[in-house]
Amino acid sequence: MPGKLKVKIVAGRHLPVMDRASDLTDAFVEVKFGNTTFKTDVYLKSLNPQWNSEWFKFEVDDEDLQDEPLQITVLDHDTYSANDAIGKVYIDIDPLLYSEAATVISGWFPIYDTIHGIRGEINVIVKVDLFNDLNRFRQSSCGVKFFCTTSIPKCYRAVIIHGFVEELVVNEDPEYQWIDRIRTPRASNEARQRLISLMSGELQRKIGLKVLEMRGNAVVGYLQCFDLEGESGLVVRAIGTACTLDKLSSPAAFLPACNSPCKEMKESPLVHPPSHGCRSTQNSPIHTATGSRLTQNFSVSVPTLIYTGMGSGSAGKEGGPFKALLRQQTQSALEQREFPFFTLTAFPPGFLVHVGGVVSARSVKLLDRIHNPAFVGIMGNTRSYKLLDWNSFNADEPETRDAWWAEIRQEIKSHAKALGCHAVVGYSESTSICEEVCILSASGTAAVLNPRFLQDGTVEGCLEQRLEENLPVGCGFCHIPYDELNMPFPAHLTYCYNCRKQKVPDVLFTTIDLPTDATVIGKGCLIQARLCRLKKKAQAEANATAISNLLPFMEYEVHTQLMNKLKLKGMNALFGLRIQITVGENMLMGLASATGVYLAALPTPGGIQIAGKTPNDSSYEQHISHMQKKINDTIAKNKELYEINPPETSEEVIGSPIPEPRQRSRLLRSQSESSDEVIELDLSHGKKDAFVLEIDDTDAMEDVHSLLTDVPPPSGFYSCNTEIMPGINNWTSEIQMFTSVRVIRLSSLNLTNQALNKNFNDLCENLLKSLYFKLRSMIPCCLCHVNFTVSLPEDELIQVTVTAVAITFDKNQALQTTKTHIEKSLQRASTDNEELLQFPLELCSDSLPSHPFPPAKEHLESASSNSGIPAAQRAVTVEKASPMGEGNFRNRSAPPCANSTVGVVKMTPLSFIPGAKITKYLGIINMFFIRETTSLREEGGVSGFLHAFIAEVFAMVRAHVAALGGNAVVSYIMKQCVFMENPNKNQAQCLINVSGDAVVFVRESDLEVASTQQAAATCQPLCTGGEVTT
Amino acid sequence: MTSELDIFVGNTTLIDEDVYRLWLDGYSVSDAVALRVRSGILEQTGATAAVLQSDTMDHYRTFHMLERLLHAPPKLLHQLIFQIPPSRQALLIERYYAFDEAFVREVLGKKLSKGTKKDLDDISTKTGITLKSCRRQFDNFKRVFKVVEEMRGSLVDNIQQHFLLSDRLSRDYAAIVFFANNRFETGKKKLQYLSFGDFAFCAELMIQNWTLGAVDSQVDDMDVDLDKEFLQDLKELKVLVADKDLLDLHKSVVCTALRGKLSVFSEMEANFKNLSRGLVNVAAKLIHNKDVRDLFVDLVEKFVEPCRSDHWPLSDVRLFLNQYSASVHSLDGFRHQALWDRYMGTLRGCLLRLYHD
Repeated sequence: MPGKLKVKIVAGRHLPVMDRASDLTDAFVEVKFGNTTFKTDVYLKSLNPQWNSEWFKFEVDDEDLQDEPLQITVLDHDTYSANDAIGKVYIDIDPLLYSEAATVISGWFPIYDTIHGIRGEINVIVKVDLFNDLNRFRQSSCGVKFFCTTSIPKCYRAVIIHGFVEELVVNEDPEYQWIDRIRTPRASNEARQRLISLMSGELQRKIGLKVLEMRGNAVVGYLQCFDLEGESGLVVRAIGTACTLDKLSSPAAFLPACNSPCKEMKESPLVHPPSHGCRSTQNSPIHTATGSRLTQNFSVSVPTLIYTGMGSGSAGKEGGPFKALLRQQTQSALEQREFPFFTLTAFPPGFLVHVGGVVSARSVKLLDRIHNPAFVGIMGNTRSYKLLDWNSFNADEPETRDAWWAEIRQEIKSHAKALGCHAVVGYSESTSICEEVCILSASGTAAVLNPRFLQDGTVEGCLEQRLEENLPVGCGFCHIPYDELNMPFPAHLTYCYNCRKQKVPDVLFTTIDLPTDATVIGKGCLIQARLCRLKKKAQAEANATAISNLLPFMEYEVHTQLMNKLKLKGMNALFGLRIQITVGENMLMGLASATGVYLAALPTPGGIQIAGKTPNDSSYEQHISHMQKKINDTIAKNKELYEINPPETSEEVIGSPIPEPRQRSRLLRSQSESSDEVIELDLSHGKKDAFVLEIDDTDAMEDVHSLLTDVPPPSGFYSCNTEIMPGINNWTSEIQMFTSVRVIRLSSLNLTNQALNKNFNDLCENLLKSLYFKLRSMIPCCLCHVNFTVSLPEDELIQVTVTAVAITFDKNQALQTTKTHIEKSLQRASTDNEELLQFPLELCSDSLPSHPFPPAKEHLESASSNSGIPAAQRAVTVEKASPMGEGNFRNRSAPPCANSTVGVVKMTPLSFIPGAKITKYLGIINMFFIRETTSLREEGGVSGFLHAFIAEVFAMVRAHVAALGGNAVVSYIMKQCVFMENPNKNQAQCLINVSGDAVVFVRESDLEVASTQQAAATCQPLCTGGEVTT
Repeated sequence: MTSELDIFVGNTTLIDEDVYRLWLDGYSVSDAVALRVRSGILEQTGATAAVLQSDTMDHYRTFHMLERLLHAPPKLLHQLIFQIPPSRQALLIERYYAFDEAFVREVLGKKLSKGTKKDLDDISTKTGITLKSCRRQFDNFKRVFKVVEEMRGSLVDNIQQHFLLSDRLSRDYAAIVFFANNRFETGKKKLQYLSFGDFAFCAELMIQNWTLGAVDSQVDDMDVDLDKEFLQDLKELKVLVADKDLLDLHKSVVCTALRGKLSVFSEMEANFKNLSRGLVNVAAKLIHNKDVRDLFVDLVEKFVEPCRSDHWPLSDVRLFLNQYSASVHSLDGFRHQALWDRYMGTLRGCLLRLYHD
């Protein structure tokens, strides 16, 4: 009996009129937890009842506390007939179970009914008394903190990052149970809501247990999803990254000034002198072994699965051995783990050593078990059509789903190995279900990690520190992790444009956020590849086969489109890449979104060159040259638009002794359906060589056209799908989070791939245009974390849902900082001939404020002794490095507007709030709602219905956060928005699942005086220190 | 390709003031889009007509959802569904309750009932204000009327408290409620030259001086209904014109005081008895509801028009009225000085306001 839950029902307001005769309501409340129910008195004839009940006490196991939601039902008392339900409130009491989160839940909650929506509000107070339970075999995992945020939460420090945790639970979907035929839609919806609430509670508890087993105390990057598999059930699954977090207890840590690394730098002279590493010249055996083993595997998966830069060459002078040593060490740390995956997308400084590229795996599965007890497992990537153990599966058992995911994860792991990486970061999983076919997808970024964070501080040796020291800063993550002599795929490497020592690919694709220490030139932009493929309607295996045959082609084309668009923007790297493949009855949709940037460390991308197939036709030639001109113009325009003007570097300066002859690459359009031919693709190309597009058919022509149809956002607007926009660092506190949904109906007459592509492209472009128009009052502004989701609810319907946040920034300052930025990079280019270490940019990132970080100090030590860069410049980097840093101290908007009766709750998909400091995490918000109507027309049609519902969902999220004592939700995400309509019956139904972290933030303006003073004080030692040493 | 569903929901509800105005003015979505196109917004923003259509639809849907809350503005402040900054909430409410001069002149003083609602069609045709907008304005009048009709305390304060309107707008609504309750006739042809402002000015003066609330603040309906006792007493003033000696004396006192000061002295002298009879008779008749309704018609007929036909300048009207009311104090035989002041003080203000072309 380790917990006592106490609930008090205070009052209600704005209740609906339940008694037509008196225009009033006789309301009372039922409070239910588990199997215990309490009732308040009936408050007669009022729309604003004051129950002021006693404390209802539930004595429960902490296991139940974690699983069960508190269920509050408001009813209208009726003497003669059954009491009418007004609506319900589900309260997740999980946030009350951790010591540091909320202590009480108290506030006005909207009373929600799945048929009528919000009907008034109820004021509730909830408290939990937890008794310490020392039972080691307990089933609960109270106290494990959960965060949706995919980075280390702002007021915590990561002691250890343990790694991947996953779990799934399966149940029958109440909507498909026999009883559903006789119960009301309301009862069915409520059964579903309650079940999902229970299942997610259970899931969270189970994940918590796994975390405790790993001796962690928190899950970061927690992502929970529902698969509505229809007849075959309901799957709730979650992944996350187990960590041991330390709360930064010092109140000063909340001050922005302390977030700057200056503090650490100041301490640096106390650290022992730099030691020099043992530089072995021989390659590690592990290294080669890994490489060779995986080349085989690779041949099947390259063109579609691993998106990386392409390149090859010889090892950097020092890079090889260190890489090997590092790998060895990391491997030992990761080997114990089944899946060395991390759901994080942003990392503590020094955590990420190298990035290999994107790895992804898809698999097509059949959910059908009624007509065909067998299921077909098709590995979408390898195109090896595997029939797995036919009869031993019952599709309803979690083991089946577990096995499916295990398979995919295994594949991801092997892809990562092929790239010479032992870990996968920015990892995520998703599904797309249509009838009985399900596509499971997983993707992430292969990476080499610093082992220091992965285990208890035992490995702290000189070796490690030496490794650290040799890691170039600001470009280290770009350096290839794989062995260039044993390239897993044909690629082209050059020496890093930043440090000139190590090899880098010419293009880099990743699923993570841009590391804060990365040196970027200009601004970034949202890049999308959109693709539709028609598919014949088919049943069961035939359908699954058709889909799995289409998948590689789609992946390939999406990749090509991304590459072309990236080149067109004059950029060389993609961050936050997310490829979604959606399956429908008669088509497949692919939508890839990413943020393109120009990494200073990577070579300048070549242009795009168009080659005609029929060179003799003069008019055709003319056409081609016209197109070529247009493309060149676009590239030039984009470079100007995104302020991409990298320093000119001559061939000598680069001094790249690249052995291979310049090779002209061609991107062949494969006409054949044979998979072998796809593998022939040689995506490599020389640095100076243009990317050749060969136009040999109308399809290709279309592609070129579509390249040019993407309209850049209107001036004053930027967009990206990462947390922050590179090149903009002076955000104001004006933010606007929004969700936009569009559904289009395709006319069934012209369903060709081409028409479909155009429709889909227009849909996305128009949606973006609408957003730019709607938010025009916020200019200059950036749409951050733009998240597109595509679904195909019916044959001819395409639904696109977008959630993003618009943030206003200060234009003048933006210009200023870019200028200094460019100057800095120019300077870098000129000083790079000398053998000196780059100053440690990564020190300046503030994702881990006041983190005791010995290797970083080591860094600084070497930097300050060796670096020839003036200290003033370093000060610039301090400012530039973080969007939350001192840079935006100078401009911030007015204090929040006057007191209103309802407290403002901000919502954002980002992990931070511009112009503010998060001081407390109150717990995870994970809510699931169903809304149904049988009077669609009366509610304003589908648009009116969904508009109202989404507004209600926002309202309920805000109310829960406010009740926890918070004033914002960060890392907010709408994970699901399933909309079904039947206009003929005047009916519609929608399911929405949202999550995020409830937080308390304090505006920086409130801390202004203190912080600026402190900033000045802490920066001082740095500057003087720099001058002394140079 | 047709758009089946197209929505945008912000955590902070987006309010476009221009679209709000178009919505309040009762334009359909397509008309609103056309008007927006004409405003040159496409050129300014580089948007397409489709974008504008979608944007307008979205705003209209939001306003439609907000309308229910705007009917009881305090609800807008306490509701949780739409997160709207307070300044924006105030703007929404103020604009929603704003009305057109042309419209209010049509319904001012009319009973706010169903019957009148049917006339809205005609009003819409006559004024060029869309029927939808007429309905909104009419419903606003009616809603405010219903809420404050039976309430104690200051009319303006009550309106302000229950509808969260600005001081200016609350005063206007007080006038509308007062006129509707007393059913003052304002539609006659000879009253057409008067603006809503003129009437509102008079209403304020009357509320301050002629209602129950003016003497006793603890009575029900105090600001809405005229003080019956006061109206009853007003017939005592009749002696001023009925008693021939008193009338002559009054005239001579006024004429003596104003000689040489008026440009229209002779006209005044000639008309004094008519004017005085008019003003005192208006007072004496106010005991009948019908004559209360005709108050403004009578004032214009009996005072404004005769003076206007003789081309009295406003300054002369002011001098005359001041002298006319003040000189009663020197009439020895007249005992209702206080009553006279309560009546004439207000009437003087009203007449001065009503005296224009």
